Amino acid sequence: MRADGTGTSPAVPAGAPGGALMGGARTVLGLGREDRREHLRGLPSGLAIRLYSAMTHLRAFDERAVILQRQGVIGTYPTYFGEEAVQAASVLALEDRDWLFPTYRQTAVVTLRDCPSVVPLLLWRGHPGGWHDVMRYRVAPICIPVATNYPHAVGAAWGARLRHEGWVALAYGGDGSTSAGDFHEACNLAAVVQAPVIFLVTNNQWAISTPIVKQTRVPRLAEKAAAYGMPGVRVDSFDVFACYEVIQEAAERARRGGGPTLVEAVGYRLGPHGTADEPSVYRDPRADLLWAPMEPLGRTEAAVVEAGVAAPEQLLELRSRAFQELRDVGDRLGELPLPSVEELADSVHRDTPWPLRPERLYEPSWARLEQTPPWS
Amino acid sequence: MVEAIGRALAQVLADDADALLMGEDIGVNGGVFRATAGLQQRFGDDRVIDTPLAEAGFVGAAIGMAMVGLHPIVEIQFDAFVYPAFQQLVAQAGRFRWRTQGKYGLPLVIRLPYGGGTRAPELHSDSPEALFSHMPGLRVVIPSDPQSAGELLLAATRCGDPVIFMEPKRMYRRGRQEVFAEFSAGDLEAAAIVRQGGDLTLVAYGAMVEVALAAADELAADGVAARVLDLRSIYPLDRDQLLAAARDTGRVVVVQEAPRHCGVAGEVAALLQEEAADAMLAPTLRVTGMDMPFPLFQSEDQALPSVPRVLAAARAAMDY
Repeated sequence: MRADGTGTSPAVPAGAPGGALMGGARTVLGLGREDRREHLRGLPSGLAIRLYSAMTHLRAFDERAVILQRQGVIGTYPTYFGEEAVQAASVLALEDRDWLFPTYRQTAVVTLRDCPSVVPLLLWRGHPGGWHDVMRYRVAPICIPVATNYPHAVGAAWGARLRHEGWVALAYGGDGSTSAGDFHEACNLAAVVQAPVIFLVTNNQWAISTPIVKQTRVPRLAEKAAAYGMPGVRVDSFDVFACYEVIQEAAERARRGGGPTLVEAVGYRLGPHGTADEPSVYRDPRADLLWAPMEPLGRTEAAVVEAGVAAPEQLLELRSRAFQELRDVGDRLGELPLPSVEELADSVHRDTPWPLRPERLYEPSWARLEQTPPWS
Repeated sequence: MVEAIGRALAQVLADDADALLMGEDIGVNGGVFRATAGLQQRFGDDRVIDTPLAEAGFVGAAIGMAMVGLHPIVEIQFDAFVYPAFQQLVAQAGRFRWRTQGKYGLPLVIRLPYGGGTRAPELHSDSPEALFSHMPGLRVVIPSDPQSAGELLLAATRCGDPVIFMEPKRMYRRGRQEVFAEFSAGDLEAAAIVRQGGDLTLVAYGAMVEVALAAADELAADGVAARVLDLRSIYPLDRDQLLAAARDTGRVVVVQEAPRHCGVAGEVAALLQEEAADAMLAPTLRVTGMDMPFPLFQSEDQALPSVPRVLAAARAAMDY
């Protein structure tokens, strides 16, 4: 309802999963039962379990973060419920020396590189200890303005190419980010210099309340790749095995000198934009019901069990361990003391300039401490 | 000055294998001001790189390069062409060290030819130093002559944090000066007294230093000994030298070609009135550009601070 009382009705439900919207998207879970079983059994030993375990960890992190936000322990939090498959695949399909450039929606991918979960949770609590060690994990700080991280990934990957270091970079984004100028400039530059970079765009059809049809006239975002002279591929964002495959292929191409790839992981935003968002204001909740069966964790679990790659008890054990770990982390979150403003000020420059030194942070001391002005 | 900058860049490329230059038309063409003339031939197109015409893209890419250990030096072709890259600089570059709890920095230099006095088209004469000096995490440096340009550029490349290195392009081919064969790194936070005097201080930077020096000459004829303080560092300001000038002379006039509102001159005046009001014999006066788009071509003389305007302000301060 607008302020003038005219109101707008919620958008009609988006196309059902599996229909035209997912057209051309690579799938493994969507294969026939026999093909699917064969595919999963043909995976490298332990990979299916590792992917499932990573997804479970991401889910546990996300659910705990939402609870902590409701409890007032952390501030506004951008949930990624439903993106566990594409996110887990993006980390596991790459090597540890490859760089990741996340946005606020991939706040926990760094924990798949052994960064303790407490670190990104602290970030949402406003604690500077929440900034992970960028060089240790080779994961850039999260970018809040969407698309600003794309050029960073291009530059980093370009640097790797200039120095013949053989690693690749992957930048995350959503459908809305493809409307931003930085997306265009980054894609263009990456293709021109053949930077070994992967643009992983998760098209969940919604940028807060803006549906994809108001974002672009090219609903298949992968097609935009053609304009830059690079390959564009679509994949089911809820399918961890297909995402793994597509991202690994893009990484291999990049490593071989084949340049950048635009990967469109297509799906639907199963949750709200964040803890401060209420989707029923702008989209028909019936669409959520259509997409709910695509929820990736349960889908993966079913496929893995069906293929006989893992026993249900094993998966249950992984799941409970992840949730218990995150509960413990959450319980300890409030215990870390906040650093002083003097310490914060000392982290802005290598050589802290005088305006940020402790004695200059506030008003002149005679004013702050109600002492005598120097000239009285 | 433009030759000094080119020599300093060559020195950096020769000394530091991780350093590289990026920008529009800087390769074969040597840059529109020829600051990088001959450098691509000497160091190769992997070290002196022509980029697509996309400032946000290549400044963003330079941020990514700096993150992984390269030392990019980016040339923005003209003043206002930096605006598309503003977000990358203020929302990303300046915040990186803070986002790593102080642990890692971005060794990134943005070279930005700026300012009026060159009879240029629109958006080729802006002075956006106040914008960058207002935003946390960036250093802003402006040389005024060839020697300071070489020394400060060298220091900027070693500072470990992003530096907005603004080059007063009006000075590119003025004020020829013998410079040392090899530059040593200057002090990134230090102003320089370029003329001694005890009656009044003219604070200036960039191309305005020349104007202030010319005004000081005329004041000397009137028996007024004007000190000229070349700020050089816009962020941080050289607080010690500014307070010393205020205490020594009691009268200060600040000259800048940027628009007046929320400018560097206002910051200098605020600092002096907060911390040296007891020493002041007159209000600190500002001689500045105007709060309007910079006038084009032949109109620019009406807007640029001139010797007569500086003299008028100086005399008003003396007569106070």
